[in-house]
Amino acid sequence: MLRQIVTRLLAILPILLILSIFAFLLVHLAPGDVTDALLGPMATEEAKEKLRISMGLDEPLFVQYAHWLGNVLQGDFGVSVHTKRDVSEVVLPRFYNTVILAAASLFLALTVGFGVGMFAAARSYSTFDRVSMSTTLIVGSMPPYWLALLLVLAFALEYRWFPATGMVSITGDGGIVDILHHLVLPAIATAAAPAAIITRMVRASMLEVLGQNYVRVARAKGIPKRRILWHHALRNALPPIATIAGLQLGFLLGGALFTEVVFAWPGLGNQLYYSIVARDVPVVQAAIIIIALAFVLVNLAVDVLNAALDPRVRTM
Amino acid sequence: MSRTENAELRAAAEALEAKHESRWLRGWRAFARDRAALISFIFLGIVILLAIFAHWVSPHDPYEAERLMRNRAPLTEGYWLGSDSNGRDILTRLIYGGRISLLVGFVPTFLATLISLLLGLLAGYFGGWIDQIIMRILDAFFAVPLVLMAIAIAGVLQPGVVTEIIAITVVLIPYISRIVRTSTLSVAAQPYIEAARAGGAGQGTILLRYVLPNMISPVIVYATTLIGLMIVVGSGLSFLGLGAQPPAADWGTMVSDGRVALTKAPHATIFPGVMIVLVALAFNFVGDGLRDALDPRSGARHHKG
Repeated sequence: MLRQIVTRLLAILPILLILSIFAFLLVHLAPGDVTDALLGPMATEEAKEKLRISMGLDEPLFVQYAHWLGNVLQGDFGVSVHTKRDVSEVVLPRFYNTVILAAASLFLALTVGFGVGMFAAARSYSTFDRVSMSTTLIVGSMPPYWLALLLVLAFALEYRWFPATGMVSITGDGGIVDILHHLVLPAIATAAAPAAIITRMVRASMLEVLGQNYVRVARAKGIPKRRILWHHALRNALPPIATIAGLQLGFLLGGALFTEVVFAWPGLGNQLYYSIVARDVPVVQAAIIIIALAFVLVNLAVDVLNAALDPRVRTM
Repeated sequence: MSRTENAELRAAAEALEAKHESRWLRGWRAFARDRAALISFIFLGIVILLAIFAHWVSPHDPYEAERLMRNRAPLTEGYWLGSDSNGRDILTRLIYGGRISLLVGFVPTFLATLISLLLGLLAGYFGGWIDQIIMRILDAFFAVPLVLMAIAIAGVLQPGVVTEIIAITVVLIPYISRIVRTSTLSVAAQPYIEAARAGGAGQGTILLRYVLPNMISPVIVYATTLIGLMIVVGSGLSFLGLGAQPPAADWGTMVSDGRVALTKAPHATIFPGVMIVLVALAFNFVGDGLRDALDPRSGARHHKG
């Protein structure tokens, strides 16, 4: 088991290397010169050239890349072009805020997904099952930014239950209650589509297991239905669900960017978006690398969890 | 003697013809039996036709901003779905919006499928170091969520519809290539491929005449469901201002435009979103129907789940 984890960890290295090349090239091959953005359209060619040399932009691409990668490996992502602050200083607090939003959304998606999915599977083809399955289809196709706006319209503007923007209120104390109050709508908007897909997956996986012989035997033995559902069946239905839930995290992080923009949630997605618009190259690169690293590690954790849940996976 | 032989031959040829024809017919029947797929197919047909003939069927000009008709509620005469904060007719803009939104769903999925067919076939059929190089590079792209990758790519290029198409094409390639490769692997292991090789067929012939036609169904099904998802993703890029630029009529841009009058004219935000959901759903249903039509074996499993 430990060996497997180490092997998987090593397999991440080439992935990150390729991505770092991509992140580096992406912003360097893009049209538009960073010196234009910094000095404005009236700058002389001389001033631009001087800035280019001082930023090391006159060197060959691979030298620039090696230099950049060396710094990144030491945790130095450079200086934000826009704010003139260290990139890590800009990005890390944003990353924590995104983790708060993503964790809350994932929790919500899993709770709803398992609750509704199990209930629908236990009463398959009932009215509840049909209604909830149609609902998951519709919710699963909703653009996250649109759902976010609908939530704002209903629960922030029409009924003023929740704030429409931000993470803490200006007059508030910034405590946990304040953050939770701001978190409700963004978390719902982010969780909705993944919750829909997890619900369908839980239901399908449970129905498959419930049709198997050992469940029939358990039922014949007179074991209560609830115990069969939560004990006997769920245990074996879990592995495929865990895999899908892991994949949903990527989907969730993508959706989180839109929710962060709509709700002005100060997260990494929001930062990535504004840095792209401002052509703040070092921040964009750092954001891509950090998201990739976090995403790869979480997927690894899901695989390890899967191996713990299902002995058959371990030998593979 | 020869006449009976001729008749026999003709009968055999006709039987073959009938068999061939009935395969398409059978496919269509399997598709049409799925009522959701059939309704979705008709719905998409209508949306596409409306988008193509938008100039003739729209009640207004999509850019005509009537100052006295701002933020009108739905069911206003002449503005059946209301007007936006600029006094533009929403129904008209929804019809025109289909042009960009459907294009952004179709074109990248089609382009990415073509490129993925090449990459996936090469990787799956030849294996070895070709497979290693192609798949390891594509693997790296799975480490960044698809939407974020599309935003990053669209963000560094000049905003516009072409950028949107390029960004979505690039991010789709790893996903479709994986399906192509898996599908190719299973076909390449079939005895008839071995037979073709033993019969002296060249690599190119085997790939194009035997492997490709037999592995393409799951790829087509997958691509069809992706179109709906990509319309959602593309509308998101437009919403962020990285895709279609205002005042262009695009469903994502329309949602974004609607924000300025969210309380005064909520319908300006709501309707384009409804359109996106309906079209995305329809592509999903059509994809499901196609799966049943192209691969009858999966039908039973699908309907159970």
